[in-house]
Amino acid sequence: MSAQPKSLFEKVWDAHTVRTLANGQTQLLIGTHLIHEVTSPQAFGMLRDLGLKVAFPHRTFATVDHIVPTNELVEPYKDNLAQAMMDELRKNCAQFGVTFFDRASGKQGIVHIVGPEQGITQPGTTIACGDSHTSTHGAFGAIAFGIGTSQVRDVLATQTMALGALKVRRIEVNGKLRAGVYAKDVILHIIRLTGVNGGTGFAYEYAGSTFDAFTMEERMTVCNMSIEGGARVGYVNPDETTFAYLKGRPYSPTGAAWDEAVTRWKSFASDTGCRYDDIMVIDAADIAPSVTWGINPGQGISITENIPSPETATSDDDRAGIIEALEYMKLPAGKPIKGVKINVAFLGSCTNGRLSDFQEVAKYIKGRKVAPGVRAIAVPGSQIVALQCENLGLDKILAEAGFEWRAAGCSMCLAMNPDKLIGDELCASSSNRNFKGRQGSITGRTVLMSPVMVAAAAVTGVVSDAREVFAVTNN
Amino acid sequence: MALAKITSVSGRGVYVPGNDIDTDRIIPARFMKCVVFDGLGEFLFYDVRHTPEGVPTGHPIDKPEHKGATILLSGANFGCGSSREHAPQAIHKAGFRAVIAENFAEIFFGNSTTLGIPCVQAAREDIAKVAAAIEKNPALEVTVDVAALEVRYGHDKIKITQRESARDALVNGRWDAIGDLIDGLPAAQATAAKLPYMSAA
Repeated sequence: MSAQPKSLFEKVWDAHTVRTLANGQTQLLIGTHLIHEVTSPQAFGMLRDLGLKVAFPHRTFATVDHIVPTNELVEPYKDNLAQAMMDELRKNCAQFGVTFFDRASGKQGIVHIVGPEQGITQPGTTIACGDSHTSTHGAFGAIAFGIGTSQVRDVLATQTMALGALKVRRIEVNGKLRAGVYAKDVILHIIRLTGVNGGTGFAYEYAGSTFDAFTMEERMTVCNMSIEGGARVGYVNPDETTFAYLKGRPYSPTGAAWDEAVTRWKSFASDTGCRYDDIMVIDAADIAPSVTWGINPGQGISITENIPSPETATSDDDRAGIIEALEYMKLPAGKPIKGVKINVAFLGSCTNGRLSDFQEVAKYIKGRKVAPGVRAIAVPGSQIVALQCENLGLDKILAEAGFEWRAAGCSMCLAMNPDKLIGDELCASSSNRNFKGRQGSITGRTVLMSPVMVAAAAVTGVVSDAREVFAVTNN
Repeated sequence: MALAKITSVSGRGVYVPGNDIDTDRIIPARFMKCVVFDGLGEFLFYDVRHTPEGVPTGHPIDKPEHKGATILLSGANFGCGSSREHAPQAIHKAGFRAVIAENFAEIFFGNSTTLGIPCVQAAREDIAKVAAAIEKNPALEVTVDVAALEVRYGHDKIKITQRESARDALVNGRWDAIGDLIDGLPAAQATAAKLPYMSAA
């Protein structure tokens, strides 16, 4: 039976379709539901109001990440609002029978790091979480949706949600990345090309030889930021790299079930000759170490370029955008981005808070010092990442260089905990958003970049080309 | 669960210019340290409405002539970024019942529809026309007619568009899917039974 060739998105969608609703949307089964303290309490409240239970409690997993202080381990936390959210999640998980990776478990961390490292994130599945960076899990060939709190309620109550199908855009990156160019640069490059809303209505299928060669952590970095280009979903077809990563993880199948799972997972990969709504092809050699200069992730340039000026705008919108961004960022139009003074260096987040990120930084920063006056913090994405780093002595290398080594959490990516910029501090950040006020100060400024570029900025005190600061030899 | 049929929304409008207004801007993260949505309305656009010292900046929604407005107008890619439902919740709790923009970010659009807030698209020139009319007469009644896909203001009107599934859900009173989803729970269980990973602990 040779069926019509299908993309992974279509196959996963079809396998999880429950029925068509009256308004034409699909009632889609959500295999795995991940929750955290910020977007779930109201959903549990709604469940109580409606007198409903969690339909599939064994398919919901919780952790705490957004509000946890990274330099305070003992409860009650000084911030009583944070403590209240912690208590609420603990209570909800206990009452509704949901597994909670609390700090005491040693498995707590940013929800998008915890799912993969526990083996909960698997190919051919649907995943939802009340967080827009849920697209991260697509790295495993899952279809993973960021959702709002009412949908968290829907998934808790029914393990389903109402959705319209997405179009699929294949983004192919081929070739070898140049030295000093990382997965982060790939996604910043893609968003620069598409703009921040070019992906609206699409699921992205990332493919090509560059992605084939990527590790799972690199694939996660790219999928993570799909939403920054407007795409709610981004995925990579599962392959041997995926299976090798999953083998032996706590929630991965074992024995005969493992072999069956691998066979099933392979069957979800996009068929040769399947239809895409759009195809974009990028040459890896065209991608440079990238940084943002503005107030959305699409406002990015290569480190060797000049900051745009209103005169170079391609449209009225572009001009208005440049003017607004430069005014907020207090950056000089038309001048090099290289050399812009930084105040803070932040390593971490669901984009770049994994073992390989800290390994890569440690490799180059060993024996170097953070520039005087720069506040530098390194925040592992999970307790397990922290332990892996500590076992390798990476925490010591970073601390000797002048980075504060913190406990796991989202930290300064969105500054819901005490880690915040002060005034108009400028932060070289390995996170995912440079929106106005994003890092906790309403005049704070964010320049997004890869972890190694953050390290280069930290040691020089200015936005720098890591290839000049370190003898970068990756790839 | 009987829901209101939202065929049209009428009231005064206010124009908040700008493209790519992200949900961090709509509701800054620090106001999400809460376990209920109550009280979010006063923090809508907070950091744009106030200086770092807390002094009001004269944001359009704070202008006396726009107090009580129920229809929000803005630019392109409204609601991008974080999936926080706190954003449409803040909009709703601040009294807004419809949003007109050039287009919307995906997750924000879905979240708003589920709360019964019609998010309708219009051409930039048309939004500018309505904004100009409101500027001239802030008391002008604006009607967002979801059923007829037009916005009427004074003696004029503009065309709007909306994704059909959302329009259908609003006008037929099924914008919050929970009732339908619960009806489908047995079917969901049947679908789950066919997927091996759903039964694994």
